[in-house]
Amino acid sequence: MEQQREAGTLGMWVFLVTEIMFFGGMFLAYTLYRSMFPAAFASASNHLDITLGAVNTGVLILSSFTMAMAVYFTQIGKRRPQILCLVLTLILGLTFLGIKAVEYHDKYTDRLIPGHLIPSAPFGPAVNEHGKPPDHHKLTLLTGATLPQVEMFYWIYFAMTGMHALHMIIGAGLLTFLLIYSIKGRFDPEYHSPVEVIGLYWHFVDIVWIFLFPLLYLLGRHLEHG
Amino acid sequence: MKAIESFETPRPSEVNYINAQYGLKSWLLTKDHKRIALLYLGSITFFFFIGGLYAMMIRLELLTPQGDLLQSTTYNKVFTQHGIIMIFFFLIPSIPATLGNFLIPMMIGAKDLAFPRINLLSWYIYLLGGIITIYALLAGGVDTGWTFYTPFSTTFSNSYVVAAGLGIFINGFSSILTGLNFIVTIHTMRAPGMTWFRMPLFIWSHYATSLIMILGTPVIAITVLLLAFERVSRVGIFDPGLGGDPVLFQHLFWFYSHPAVYIMVLPSMGVVSELVANFSRKNIFGYSFVAFSSLAIAVFGFLVWGHHLFVTPQSVYAGMIFSFLSFAVAIPSAIKVFNWTATLYRSSISYDTPMLYALGFIGLFTVGGMTGLFLASLAVDVHLSDTYFVVAHFHYIMVGGALMGYLGGLHYWWPKISGRMYPEGWGRFAALVIFVGFNLTFLPQFVAGYLGMPRRYHAYPPEFQVFNVLSTAGASILGFGMLIPAIYFVWSMRYGKHAEANPWHLPGLEWRTQSPPPTENFEVTPVVTWDAYEFAPREEIEVVGKFGPEAERI
Repeated sequence: MEQQREAGTLGMWVFLVTEIMFFGGMFLAYTLYRSMFPAAFASASNHLDITLGAVNTGVLILSSFTMAMAVYFTQIGKRRPQILCLVLTLILGLTFLGIKAVEYHDKYTDRLIPGHLIPSAPFGPAVNEHGKPPDHHKLTLLTGATLPQVEMFYWIYFAMTGMHALHMIIGAGLLTFLLIYSIKGRFDPEYHSPVEVIGLYWHFVDIVWIFLFPLLYLLGRHLEHG
Repeated sequence: MKAIESFETPRPSEVNYINAQYGLKSWLLTKDHKRIALLYLGSITFFFFIGGLYAMMIRLELLTPQGDLLQSTTYNKVFTQHGIIMIFFFLIPSIPATLGNFLIPMMIGAKDLAFPRINLLSWYIYLLGGIITIYALLAGGVDTGWTFYTPFSTTFSNSYVVAAGLGIFINGFSSILTGLNFIVTIHTMRAPGMTWFRMPLFIWSHYATSLIMILGTPVIAITVLLLAFERVSRVGIFDPGLGGDPVLFQHLFWFYSHPAVYIMVLPSMGVVSELVANFSRKNIFGYSFVAFSSLAIAVFGFLVWGHHLFVTPQSVYAGMIFSFLSFAVAIPSAIKVFNWTATLYRSSISYDTPMLYALGFIGLFTVGGMTGLFLASLAVDVHLSDTYFVVAHFHYIMVGGALMGYLGGLHYWWPKISGRMYPEGWGRFAALVIFVGFNLTFLPQFVAGYLGMPRRYHAYPPEFQVFNVLSTAGASILGFGMLIPAIYFVWSMRYGKHAEANPWHLPGLEWRTQSPPPTENFEVTPVVTWDAYEFAPREEIEVVGKFGPEAERI
């Protein structure tokens, strides 16, 4: 039993290493194009909704806390708080996905979807030249930025956050499975490695967001009024 | 020798993993690592023959200078598909998924891998990726080269790039899961007494291979995924027409695909370490050097991808560093070769079929590795890049290295896997035919490449014809040689001599259980008190009359 638990935990760690490499490819692309097109990335970043992004960051950090508590309560064998914590984690996870959906919808209505993904609405935001009074729905281009470069930012934005959201959806599925098994009383201080292992996964997905948020949302704030 | 023969031979029992259960369902839903290994063996053999057919088409087309058998567009598809099938669906899973899957638990004294269900899942993922790729081939083929270079693959190619990419993407997860399973198994499932430095070198090399699998494969996964999206949506980061950088694609691609070469050759080196030590009846020379050189190759392998980009606008300084690091990979590789030859020195070598393949490997791998140094030199590479010199070089590594090890290992463990002996005479004959055929195929390509014959064209200037005729003749011999083992392995499953538990009289754990093994591998969990390759020193037996460190019975 001990050997199995050890194997499960090690297996998840190894899997998380592969996940880091998987996201790593996109982080590399991000780094390269950010250094090539700093102005375009700043302009595009300024148009992301920082409030929703910040709220989502808080939501995820909180969900990491409730997940950690769920693991703790499983280890000491308290079932009620364990189930409560799992429910809270699931709700927070779904809240994150809901807010993300609202953000995607805003980008869609502002026509900040790159390319021909949606043929009727090709990428062509109403450009607001720098210095004009700010319009929330219009993209302000900083000096040196061009639209194709902004498009590049949004492509990376959607690829990275989309891949992250996919991981969140998988995580929510795993949490549902944990919840059903917890209600059936399958976990106790002796056997609870699924809770620990899925907990590890959940924390990993949170940490990815902790990196995504500043890299995507906060990167050009100081240039906005400069 | 006496001591080894006196190992208690497990009583032959009627029940083993093959006849424990019957029916298709018992195979398709099995969680037994040995049965999954056989499922893999069947499927990679199928892909090997498809890839082999494409190879024959290439060689037949190149028999004459003008393009008469295939049109240029067809030829593009044929060599692309040869590469994709052989690399992703044969070479990468070859040794790890069959021999590794079968032997890792047995060699460390475990009942199964750490995650048997994930092991089965990995085979289904492999199959799904394979089916999608075959769909791409049948629907119209792919013509980008196995490297999928942008912007050709994203913009200009009018072939089934997305389907093939998806197949490779899915197949990658089977590789990741196999690597993950091996790492966790080796860490947590070793039998009592099986310390890290008592593990056979086969295990060490698979540990190094698994590291590459889990670190490299996700990168190719995300890369082909982005490529496929880019092709579908016409937006992306690789196409210069869209503001992207095609060299970024090459960096990401080779970050996996160069280490992938070591996924192919490291397991083979593990097999050869086993064969050399066991068929010369001598402890391997410098065990820990061989073990750590596997890890060193895995680590260095990740730092050299830039030597595929010497003729791109990569910075010259980056090129110099990559060139230097590529030379550095030769060090751990040479350590292995020197240790193998030092093991052979003053040992009692028996030239059974597996050993012939192992000796072939040492020679061919050395040629492949040395020519690799030519290509790793910045200035020389500018001349040799994209010529047949490169083609010959990597075939010496992939076929002369990886495939020789695979065949040697398959012969060596065939008694354990199938419970039958293969016909030794035919085995030696086939090994010889394959060795001759291989060299005749690829040695002339070194010369043709050096003289400037470019790769990936269906026609060529007439002065290169002599090399191509030689090469095609060699390929025919090689193809014939490959058919012989295919036939006698199938034959031996029914008519071969029954194998004893330990037909080669060796100390390894996998030989201390019946052939074929029972489903649970060992009736009692073995306790290991000996080192790998601990053969009785001859003098000791003669003088003292027994084998010094008492070999514990299991």
